[in-house]
Amino acid sequence: MAIVVFVAAIYIVRLFMMQVVDSSNKEFADSNAFLKQTIYPSRGLIYDRNGKLVVSNQPVYDIMMVMREMVDFDTLQFCQVLDITKEEFDERMLSIKDRRKNPGYSRYTPQVFMSHLSTEDYGRLQETLFRFPGVFIQQKVMREYQVEHGALALGSIGEVSQKQMDADPYYRRGDYRGQSGIETMYEELLRGEKGYEILLRDVHGKIKGHYLDGALDRLPVSGKDLTIGLDIEIQQYAEELMQGKMGSIVAIEPSTGEILTLVSAPTYSPSLLVGRDRSKNYAKLLKDPHKPLFDRPMMAMYPPGSTFKTVQALVMQQEGIINENTAYPCNKGYYYGGSHKLGCHAHSSPLDLPQSIANSCNAYYCWALKALLDNNTKKYGSTGNAYDAWFNDVCSFGFNSKLGVDYPNEKAGSIPSRKFYDRYYGANHWRSSTIISISIGQGEILCTPIQIANLAAIIANKGYYYVPHILKSVEGDVIDEKYTTKHHTAIDARYFDVVHEGMLGAVTGGTARIGLIDSIQFCGKTGTAQNPHGKDHSIFMAFAPKDNPKIAIAVYVENAGFGATWAVPIASLIIEKYLKREIPEKRKWLEERILNGNLIGEE
Amino acid sequence: MRREQSILRELDWTTVIVWLIMIFIGWLTVYAACYDYEHPDLFDFSRRQGQQFIWMGVSSLLAIFILAIDTRFFGNIAYLFYALMMGLLVVTIFVAPDVKGSHSWIQMGGFRFQPAELAKYATALCLAKFMSTYGYNMKRPRDFIITALIIGLPMLIIVAQQETGSALVFVVFILVLFREGLNGDILIYGALAILFFVLQLMFGYSVVFTAAVIIGLPLIIHYTRDASLFKIYALMNIAIWAICLIVRLIKAELLSYTVISIISLGASALLLIVFSFIRRNKAYLAVVLFFIGTAGLCCGADYAFNNVLQPHQQIRIKVVLGLEDDPQGAGYNVRQARIAIGSGGFFGKGFLNGTQTKLNYVPEQDTDFIFCTIGEEQGFFGCTIVVLLYVFFICRIILLAERQRTPFSRIYGYSVACIFFFHFCINIGMVIGLLPVIGIPLPFFSYGGSSMLAFTILLFTFLKLDTHRTDYMAA
Repeated sequence: MAIVVFVAAIYIVRLFMMQVVDSSNKEFADSNAFLKQTIYPSRGLIYDRNGKLVVSNQPVYDIMMVMREMVDFDTLQFCQVLDITKEEFDERMLSIKDRRKNPGYSRYTPQVFMSHLSTEDYGRLQETLFRFPGVFIQQKVMREYQVEHGALALGSIGEVSQKQMDADPYYRRGDYRGQSGIETMYEELLRGEKGYEILLRDVHGKIKGHYLDGALDRLPVSGKDLTIGLDIEIQQYAEELMQGKMGSIVAIEPSTGEILTLVSAPTYSPSLLVGRDRSKNYAKLLKDPHKPLFDRPMMAMYPPGSTFKTVQALVMQQEGIINENTAYPCNKGYYYGGSHKLGCHAHSSPLDLPQSIANSCNAYYCWALKALLDNNTKKYGSTGNAYDAWFNDVCSFGFNSKLGVDYPNEKAGSIPSRKFYDRYYGANHWRSSTIISISIGQGEILCTPIQIANLAAIIANKGYYYVPHILKSVEGDVIDEKYTTKHHTAIDARYFDVVHEGMLGAVTGGTARIGLIDSIQFCGKTGTAQNPHGKDHSIFMAFAPKDNPKIAIAVYVENAGFGATWAVPIASLIIEKYLKREIPEKRKWLEERILNGNLIGEE
Repeated sequence: MRREQSILRELDWTTVIVWLIMIFIGWLTVYAACYDYEHPDLFDFSRRQGQQFIWMGVSSLLAIFILAIDTRFFGNIAYLFYALMMGLLVVTIFVAPDVKGSHSWIQMGGFRFQPAELAKYATALCLAKFMSTYGYNMKRPRDFIITALIIGLPMLIIVAQQETGSALVFVVFILVLFREGLNGDILIYGALAILFFVLQLMFGYSVVFTAAVIIGLPLIIHYTRDASLFKIYALMNIAIWAICLIVRLIKAELLSYTVISIISLGASALLLIVFSFIRRNKAYLAVVLFFIGTAGLCCGADYAFNNVLQPHQQIRIKVVLGLEDDPQGAGYNVRQARIAIGSGGFFGKGFLNGTQTKLNYVPEQDTDFIFCTIGEEQGFFGCTIVVLLYVFFICRIILLAERQRTPFSRIYGYSVACIFFFHFCINIGMVIGLLPVIGIPLPFFSYGGSSMLAFTILLFTFLKLDTHRTDYMAA
């Protein structure tokens, strides 16, 4: 009897160790018997501002393998079905099992053998799938683009990286997520929520049904549909106009801050970055010397050139240095520091403020800067203090900092601070003549195209802006408050009328005459960004119509020389297309010239 | 008659109730183990749960029938029954179809029947009958040899059927002999033999021989009480080891550990023989006999393991000893059983919610590995209850056996208890990975008609004998 009790005691202790103390068997059991099959949600669709479908989904199929279950596997037949060679098969198997390339490898969990199966391959495999134990097909969702435009703004989705998986446990190897553009900015809205079904499978891997009749299964939640501010028709037109050129176009609706058009030229088709060829095409784009993947509107920083004169005109009025009647002389330039000269082109002299904008007079703004920095020590106490006042006014336009666009990789640009000059020249050792080039938007000032487009919107709004954004609305939700909050600049509304007058003058009879549209009264300002590497960049910013503006735009054409040649006609055509939806016969020649213009080839 | 009316009053209802509980739990467990989503009916007679239910009914009827039989009948037919069973066992070898390599099942119409199950019953009866004959003395060689033959014969025949697991059950009758006056030393030497067998498989000759030399120390005290020999013996062996290890330091390939241990064992035996002559005492030779036995066992075990045991049996033993790990092959059962039981946790996954057993991960889950289903679905709690139920059941039978007044009833009772104990011990030990896989069922739980009938007959014959415990007339 003692032996019986003794044996029983040993068994109970052993059972206790196995069942209560040691928990590892539980996990084994789960991976044994449960097949947790992920059901991917459909990703949110993307519509343009007119409700036109831009991005939709298409199903793709991945071949998954559970190595442990692959017994008596007929490799040759499998290769035949997929039309691959035995060597390819072996190579894929090796890379799956290589823990350096695939750290999550396990014999017990499904591994991706091949992704993005073609529909024919899928059909063929589906028929013979039962012959290949351990192999199953996972359906996933990929993007399908209805248009070949807007690649940069839309962005793309791609397989998650190890880093992204570490950062968010939602993702599993082989999942897709937004990797650029709004796909990544609004990933959490678009992706929805994965569902799963828990299937029971027996020792042969045969599915025996849903665990607890599916009580624990979860249906996927579809991603939210987004409407973006882009007008895809205008986007397409703008991209066509930029054919054969490098540069960028940003158009904003001033009353909302919605981005209407976002072009970085050269452009590429968003479909290139979908599916099996994604990485191949990506590498090709990356190697392109014209940098199609470089996000110019947000990241390219250029000196704003003459477009910056509008800012000067506004700040100087606000600071009481000039008013609409103030006139300065210009004799083909501005002479300073004895023998130095900052040149200007030929025009009548002296000019008042609106004329200085219309004719883009350099000397006018040198005089104004001198008046602010050198002649107002009584008001400000010192040159440095005067500069600080100017600096703060300028920064209220959104310069020198990121605007906060709903887009990755935005750059801040730069406005030199007082500290910068103090360090460079020594405190009190600099004055207007030292830094004269900032008066005309050259020198140390750098702005991105989106900031200049925003400047156009500010002028159109007479003193305020909404942070430019791509997202217009979300299905069943509101957009971030950040994009519906008015930001006021330091400039009073009354100082804008004279700038409007000047910019109107530029279009009707000044530097931007070529862009004149009969039916639309609009305001614009040309600019030339000096480029130490080659021909100057051509810049034009504008808003239209003059009263109750609907569009503010900034156009940059790299290496195009003076602003009027390329940037003005492009902006003008886009404005007309946007407001009238068509280009009249009378201006077809201009459209033709732009469309055929090839500036890259000239290089 | 007094006897006929008192049978219900004299019957040990406690055991009967435990038996009923066990077959009922067993039935539900079989149902859970072979549960199929498409056939959830508890009484579907085309499936195992339904068939088990039929066997439960048949067993109950059989139990009532046995209780109605005259007590003397069992003693009277013991020899004849034993002889018939032995004949049947031999015949089985030739007529039985090959089922997984063994020829142990007789096909009768739609039913299959394993005579080995009933052979236990016949052997128990025969042993009880022979050992209870007037003037039986186990110390008399003739009686001892016949006793050993009664146990050994069915073992040999069943081994010939390639059903080693069932044959091993007969080993347990040694425990009965022990109760009836067999020298306890045999048990100790038996245990040592098993230990040495395991040690040799795991570590080789050197460790076994060294162990034997060390065990020689208490044996010297026990048999000779010669303190000076004890010291000389100890010093000599230490010296041998010291010298040999130094030699090994100089030239390692000159002496292997096996050679050193053989030298040590040989010298010890020689020393004892010398002392036996000097002291003129044969008791010293007992220890020498132990050494010779050890050496013989080792060589024999080595030979038996490699030549007598079949490869799958060799691997089963190695898996338990941890010498080999083969999760896909031989270790598969053990591993899956461990996963199933381990995943049960404290309270289990709940009746019919087991996933491992339900999805056929555990082989033989409704027969030999039925305990897995309990482990997975009822957890530690349920397992403990089943183990305790068995402990209670076996102890109850031992208690009943002790209160018998006739040697026949007592010996038979002990046989019954020992058989149940062996099945319980081996089956659960195997399922939880403490013992090698030996395919024997868990009585009253495992699915199977012939085993349930055989165990019921075994049990109720004893309960019938027990109702006559006050009767001096029996046997």
